[in-house]
Amino acid sequence: MSFFKKLKEKFQSTEKTEQVSDKYKEGLTKTRKSFSEKINDLVARYRKVDEDFFEDLEEILISADVGVETVMDLIDELQMEVKRQNIKDTNEVKSVISEKLVEIYQGEDDEEIATLNLQEDGLTVILFVGVNGVGKTTTIGKLAHQLKEQGKEVLLAAGDTFRAGAIEQLNEWGKRVDVDVIKHSEGSDPAAVIFDAIQAAKSRNADVLICDTAGRLQNKVNLMNELSKIKRVIEREVPNGPHEVLLALDATTGQNALSQAKTFGEATNVTGIVLTKLDGTAKGGIVLAIRNELGIPVKYVGLGEQMTDLQQFDPQAFVYGLFADMMEEENLDS
Amino acid sequence: MAFEGLADRLQSTIQKIKGKGKVTEQDVKEMTREVRLALLEADVNFKVVKQFIAKVKERAVGEEVMESLTPGQQVIKIVKEELTSLMGGEESKINSADKPPTVIMMVGLQGAGKTTTTGKLANLLRKKYNKKPLLVAADVYRPAAIDQLQTLGKQLNMPVYSEGTEANPVDIANHAMKQAKDDHLDYVLVDTAGRLHVDNDLMDELKQIEQNVKPDEIFLVVDAMTGQDAVNVAESFNEQLNISGVILTKLDGDTRGGAALSIRAVTDKPIKFVGMGEKLDQLESFHPERMASRILGMGDVLSLIEKAQENVDEKRAKELEEKMRSASFTFEDFLEQMGQVKKMGPLDELLDMIPGANKMKGMKNLEFSDKQIGHVEAIIQSMTPQERMEPSIMNASRKKRIAKGSGRPISEVNRLLKQFEEMKKMMKQMTNMQQGKRGKKNKKMKGLNFPFM
Repeated sequence: MSFFKKLKEKFQSTEKTEQVSDKYKEGLTKTRKSFSEKINDLVARYRKVDEDFFEDLEEILISADVGVETVMDLIDELQMEVKRQNIKDTNEVKSVISEKLVEIYQGEDDEEIATLNLQEDGLTVILFVGVNGVGKTTTIGKLAHQLKEQGKEVLLAAGDTFRAGAIEQLNEWGKRVDVDVIKHSEGSDPAAVIFDAIQAAKSRNADVLICDTAGRLQNKVNLMNELSKIKRVIEREVPNGPHEVLLALDATTGQNALSQAKTFGEATNVTGIVLTKLDGTAKGGIVLAIRNELGIPVKYVGLGEQMTDLQQFDPQAFVYGLFADMMEEENLDS
Repeated sequence: MAFEGLADRLQSTIQKIKGKGKVTEQDVKEMTREVRLALLEADVNFKVVKQFIAKVKERAVGEEVMESLTPGQQVIKIVKEELTSLMGGEESKINSADKPPTVIMMVGLQGAGKTTTTGKLANLLRKKYNKKPLLVAADVYRPAAIDQLQTLGKQLNMPVYSEGTEANPVDIANHAMKQAKDDHLDYVLVDTAGRLHVDNDLMDELKQIEQNVKPDEIFLVVDAMTGQDAVNVAESFNEQLNISGVILTKLDGDTRGGAALSIRAVTDKPIKFVGMGEKLDQLESFHPERMASRILGMGDVLSLIEKAQENVDEKRAKELEEKMRSASFTFEDFLEQMGQVKKMGPLDELLDMIPGANKMKGMKNLEFSDKQIGHVEAIIQSMTPQERMEPSIMNASRKKRIAKGSGRPISEVNRLLKQFEEMKKMMKQMTNMQQGKRGKKNKKMKGLNFPFM
């Protein structure tokens, strides 16, 4: 009980506008329902904390796409905790479960929101990578919009020269948010596009250059090499660049997300993750797995199709959104 | 990492069981737990896993295992059989209308690969069935989705019907039908916008299109990498639209594709096609048994053999094999064999089909790209015929020349020479082994040795 209070207080004391938490609450309705409802269900169904209870809990977590390894760790820890505190009533175990979950979601106790590494002066280069169809181009459009609102001079590079219509798609976004797009024709060398874009960004004194790349499956060695080449070009042309390599991950992806994060990380040294399509029924459990197993911070989440639906990932707001129901319930109890 | 394959996991458990004269209930329990974890790691839906495990347990403690001489093997067989039956029986065909055009609707979440698959399907219809399809761009929401379909249409040289982004998708579909009739086209493929299954307005739009064009097939396009949510998506689309089949995309990734299993089990709708690559001819029919093998990490020998039969000259393969056995294998033969293998498709794909390939020592870290094969080819081609026949005459000056000729560093030339020698030694050993008691088993794979591994 006190635990939730703490969380809530902590959340409210940090000056966050209601708006942010509302967005999360709305976007995560699906996620929240499945988590808290199921756990409530579970607690209601079992009167004793036994092996079957833990097996069911395991299933709830796995059905939320939490990594299998993470779940096993979590269950082990819970079992220990239950033994230690000699908990027999399932109602009591509930708060322990939430506590553990929040711990993983939140990571270190006073974690800051992972922000973009934007240069104070000079050019910031952001490279987007990811498998096919996760929403790289759309996210770039949204991010460009956001940066532009902040008064930045933004330039886009159409590095997806492979997929039919990809250049047009980025171009369309450029028009919508009113930023220029540097592009070559379809089928040209993406590294050359990026090179040109960097030159253009330099001569125009742009603040941020966002580079799109073609979606690729992480087990295609050639395509991953192509990505490394693009990164090398950026490194050579812009000192300290790329300042951010963002991996776009589809929130509906299952265990494969870990393989994606790992392989893309090896090829391009990913600095952050953008979790897209979190407004579906996907549970976002993958965030747990990635935090726990790979330690790459989630920087943004896509919570809808509108231009403004890209949110900075705020672990506390995320946790709050996730457990809002359970928290309110507990508050009523107390 | 979590992707080692069920076979790997099973093997350690099986090892324990193997030596025993009989399999006890405890053994089965232990094993099913491993199977359960592995399936969950392959993204098979947890509900499906539960039922599946119950079934396997029941059969595994039954008589067929107890009385079998090789209980471990028997258990694996049961697992595979149950997997196959979960994924449905034989491959199914595309329905066709009594009166053309046949209408196919493509639906699914954003980014599943609908537009690309529409292009692939049209290509398949023309190539395999000699039909004339019309592509319809009904995705008016995503920027440049229409451009994408038009570009595909251009690449395939096929008509694309579109009315820009202002039109109503329902109207577009209606007008496209008329156009197809006027032009006497056989198939109408409607590419709809990606949408969340919980978005009621957009789902209503789909229903309206469905009522207007009366499609003969509604294909749900699903990303093979989807996690536990795949089942919810499929169930919801099926409830609202009564889909007729599923197309699984991006299966050429390293996903185990457990979603496939779950969708079939939950909706009872067959998986008809799978997307196996980015090129427009990479759409294949779905084979449940082969998929089961893949999920189990047992490889897909059937597909491999089929590919080999299509592309490899059997007589030459026999000759090569003879040479391997007599250890008179030269660089010349090596080059030829590489050519044959290359014809069969990208190497990493082939490797996936070889049973146990993922477990072979060092195999995981080896990066096979066709480029590397190209390098090896260049090196061999820079050798004189004499050098190719008798690598033993190689000296420093020759190596230098070869390196220069192929544009590769000398170290790489050295490595290749060394590997070639080792390979020859290995072949000799293998031939000896083949004459031994494991002869029969190995013979199945003959002609399919990959010397450059």
